[in-house]
Amino acid sequence: MTMSIQFVIDVLSLGGAYALMALGLVIVYGILKLVNFAYGELIMITGYALFLLGDSGLPWIVMAIVAIFAAIIAGIATDYVAFRPIRSKSVTAVLITSFAFSTLLQNAALLFISPRPRNIPLPDIFSTTVEFLGVITPVRNLITIAATFILLTGFLLLMRYTVLGIAMRAAASNFRMARMLGVPANLIISSAFAISGFMAGVVAILWLGRIGTVVPGIGLEPLLIAFIATVLGGMRSLGGAVLGGFLLALMDTSLNYLLPQDLLKFRDAFTFSFVILILLWRPQGLIKGPVSGERT
Amino acid sequence: MLNVSNLSVFYGAVEAVSDLSIKIGRGELATLLGANGAGKSSTLLAIAGGIASSSGKIILNGTDVTTNTPEQMVRAGVAMVPETRDVFPDLTVDENLRLGAYSRLGDKIKVKEDRERMMDLFPRLRKRSTQAAGTLSGGEQQMLVIARAMMSRPELLLLDEPSLGLAPVIVDQIFLMIAELKSMGITILLVEQNAARALKIADHAFVMRQGKVAASGTAADIMKNQNLSELYLGEDK
Repeated sequence: MTMSIQFVIDVLSLGGAYALMALGLVIVYGILKLVNFAYGELIMITGYALFLLGDSGLPWIVMAIVAIFAAIIAGIATDYVAFRPIRSKSVTAVLITSFAFSTLLQNAALLFISPRPRNIPLPDIFSTTVEFLGVITPVRNLITIAATFILLTGFLLLMRYTVLGIAMRAAASNFRMARMLGVPANLIISSAFAISGFMAGVVAILWLGRIGTVVPGIGLEPLLIAFIATVLGGMRSLGGAVLGGFLLALMDTSLNYLLPQDLLKFRDAFTFSFVILILLWRPQGLIKGPVSGERT
Repeated sequence: MLNVSNLSVFYGAVEAVSDLSIKIGRGELATLLGANGAGKSSTLLAIAGGIASSSGKIILNGTDVTTNTPEQMVRAGVAMVPETRDVFPDLTVDENLRLGAYSRLGDKIKVKEDRERMMDLFPRLRKRSTQAAGTLSGGEQQMLVIARAMMSRPELLLLDEPSLGLAPVIVDQIFLMIAELKSMGITILLVEQNAARALKIADHAFVMRQGKVAASGTAADIMKNQNLSELYLGEDK
């Protein structure tokens, strides 16, 4: 019993982080039909913002809010720097500029900060454990679960009940038609990047909270996880991204529990094999999502 | 109202619309006829700002709107109903209508009134208002895209083949609707394959062939000219 509660908490907290990462990536993909490869750097930027604020003496929660805000600004900047100038030209060009922007940000961190890990300030609550339903678990896992629940609910309400949300869903299914109804393209795209940045910022704090340090290459793993989760869940569907995130976490956690010690370092190989099997069975991903129109 | 002069539109190297000029007066219903691939839909899209024109001018109410974005055109009073019947399939009927009024966000009370009016005009939409638009029949989807376009309170309505693929009974209803919209004072540019039907309700007609206007005149004149109908309109007379 204790074991299974422990397992559920592990899956939900890891899955929550994965789901938020995936959602941040797919919100932009849904509208532009382009993967933002500079997405991982939003997590890096949040980490360095926290590091730079570390000595400021501000309360931690203020630092966290400022760091998340930095990720939102960086997200919107990605659009202005890498996407908007060549959006209408070619898909390949935008892919390359998003890679370039990612490399640029990583190298800026290498050059101006350091290639070595930097400590980020974290409140004590991130390193304490509590007894919850009979199991001992780090508080940050419970925080992650709660944050995921709040963010997913907020996101759902935004997409379902606000005009902006409805317009974003419409733009994801047929951007040109949405524009011909008066939905302003730039506002929708900037909003998508801002939401993407917000998700990345929150995830960064939860994610870096496990490690405690930030390095220039920190964004690669979250980007990969987000990408695999969205492919797994279905790239056209926001729900699919969330499902993919939780499923990936379920696989990872199960393998953590089941694999013998000396095979544990090959965990990702096992996970990716499962992903391949699922994609052979459903190449579209688990949730097909609405038929989408062409890019604009 | 609308004055298009010497308009050309390219898709890559292919010239879809070439040196096209049309004029529509306020409150008129003009129809754009022609065979498949004559450039009718491209003309409408160019007027709506959905594709860029390579040369020529589009003047709306005396203002040059040639380089306007689609969203600016909506604000200028132009609404487009595309041939592809682009409902947003995973959005409900009601959400589709709300989006139609996107350009009037500050006008909540009037938007609500208009939504009611559209539901009265198309009672079938009211019945299905919380249903996903993708689950509607072809005829209902056509009603939805027309109602959605009307939600922006357009002065000029661009209709692209509203009868396409619909049962004759439904086509009758759609054409009745179009006549009613005209009686409400809306200027309409109607693209149709069903030439006989379109000419019956139109004031003016333009016949397009290979991207150019091959003939134009009052609907009655065009209807009388048997040669033209044989040449461009197919066998439906």
